[in-house]
Amino acid sequence: MVKFSDDKLAKVQEIVQRYPEGKQKSALIPVLHLAQENFGGWLSAETMDYVAELLQISSIEVYEVATFYSMYNLQPVGKYLFEVCHTGPCMLRGSDDIVTYIYEKLGIKSGETTADGMFTLKTVECLGACGYAPMMQLGKYYKEHLTKERVDSIIEECKKNAASNN
Amino acid sequence: MGVKLLLEKAHVPGIRGYDVYRSEGGYRSVEKALKMAPADIVEEVKKSGLRGRGGAGFPAGMKWSFIAKPEGVPRHLVCNADESEPGTFKDRYLMENIPHLLIEGLIVASFALGSNATYIYIRGEYAWIVDILEQAINEAKQNGWLGKNILDTGFDCEIYVQRGAGAYICGEETALIESLEGKRGNPRIKPPFPAVKGVWDRPTVVNNVETLAAVVPVINMGGEEYAKIGVGRSTGTKLISACGNINKPGVYEIDMTISVEEFIYSEEFCGGIANGKRIKACIPGGSSVPILPANLLFKTAKGETRYMNYESLSDGGFATGSMMGSGGFIVLDEDQCIVKHTYTLARFYRHESCGQCSPCREGTGWMEKILKSIETGKGKMSDIDLLWDIQRKIEGNTICPLGDAAAWPVAAAIRHFRDEFEWHVNNPIECLNRNFGLAHYADEIHVPVTA
Repeated sequence: MVKFSDDKLAKVQEIVQRYPEGKQKSALIPVLHLAQENFGGWLSAETMDYVAELLQISSIEVYEVATFYSMYNLQPVGKYLFEVCHTGPCMLRGSDDIVTYIYEKLGIKSGETTADGMFTLKTVECLGACGYAPMMQLGKYYKEHLTKERVDSIIEECKKNAASNN
Repeated sequence: MGVKLLLEKAHVPGIRGYDVYRSEGGYRSVEKALKMAPADIVEEVKKSGLRGRGGAGFPAGMKWSFIAKPEGVPRHLVCNADESEPGTFKDRYLMENIPHLLIEGLIVASFALGSNATYIYIRGEYAWIVDILEQAINEAKQNGWLGKNILDTGFDCEIYVQRGAGAYICGEETALIESLEGKRGNPRIKPPFPAVKGVWDRPTVVNNVETLAAVVPVINMGGEEYAKIGVGRSTGTKLISACGNINKPGVYEIDMTISVEEFIYSEEFCGGIANGKRIKACIPGGSSVPILPANLLFKTAKGETRYMNYESLSDGGFATGSMMGSGGFIVLDEDQCIVKHTYTLARFYRHESCGQCSPCREGTGWMEKILKSIETGKGKMSDIDLLWDIQRKIEGNTICPLGDAAAWPVAAAIRHFRDEFEWHVNNPIECLNRNFGLAHYADEIHVPVTA
């Protein structure tokens, strides 16, 4: 069942209090981030309904927002999501080669997940790191100045982390 | 070395923390401003000539003076940190390196506008910067610069950081307001303007990160002194985020008196073109402003030196000039394909169109498809005219400027690089294996001699 822990519920309350009374809908985007982090890295219909109930808004108001913003995953993704930027400035610095290399290494194209559920690859539009291109977002942080070697070490690091968490 | 007002202290060790920032003279502008009348602060900003640094270049003091003050209705300042224009990463640099400068500017601006609850709307992908900003806010609060009765003036102010979730359109101020209200980022029809009816129908001012940070030097030195820096209506300093095929990509603060050529080739800034190549083209102000071939970049069509400021970059209008925009400076070397680059930008705008207005929703999709087919050797000659026709039908026909932003790069690419597009159509196989190259794009332009 989808339910926040008490400290996460307190966080939701703290967010709601940033806005005028009765404007708790403003908390929707931050709370959806919180929900995605807590409930498996994506937003299921059940999760979205739960957020609607928490914020006392209708489910449709949550769906229409969740489907608009690119950071919300509406389907399960791998444990590690590689979001590689391929807009102009990154393309000029070789982002296509990075995408190809990840395919060679992991056998996944944009939108696909490895069979073991470990990695998902997504090509994304400009993330504001043009001077440090090519780059990808991995979780909360950016991995910049990507080379094949750096991609190798990122993959290794993820595998190591996954092994030590098990 | 030019004047630096924003990044002068950005490399002092520990400047991200409050103590070092304060010992380097931080928060002096708050001490000064909170002794002034709010209207006088607005006046100083007007005198400074400070123009909005997000891209539109609208005078900041003027924007502030438009805010409505109906009795009993709270007003809000919202900081636009949704930096998403391809080529632009200056606000991120400022927030990561010297976050207190933004907080300081926000306090002064909040006081001037009467905002007791101020929001920083930051793009969702900058997740780790939220922590940096929240730490700076907490430190400012612990030291009495935020909270209740700041410096015993009776002024209360809180600053909250709101994370977006991935949508370029939310950099448009009314879309940002919708998003802050927990909705899809669909821009609103104006009027009413946010200054009258903004977030939660309350009077709201939305300013870019760099604009608000620049309020600090404006107050410290006074509007008139600030206006002496720079040239003409390009006052003060501007952050330029330089990227693409240059030796030293990064964020640079310039005082708007240097030439484009110096900016690209001097060691102090971009350090020249990478790998010893020649420059082919440049988008000087973020992906939506017109691309210029090398020969129109360094000199205007009149043969005069082009400078890194609002007026000079736009000299010649869209026919032969471009724009300062957001300061996202993208350089393309001789081996880059203009068709492919334009295709990636068209794909970007199609992805980011909110879908409200049909010219933009449908037009961006068509432009992407046509550009892709030309790029991959499947285009027809008539496609080039069709592209031109589509961009003309988007421009000016949408609620917000995203339509224009999507149309201009395509228009400029065809205007200046039409023969490269035609070459793709005429050489469908060859274009898959090699690029058109530099061709004549760096050749000197003949300037007609006028009596």
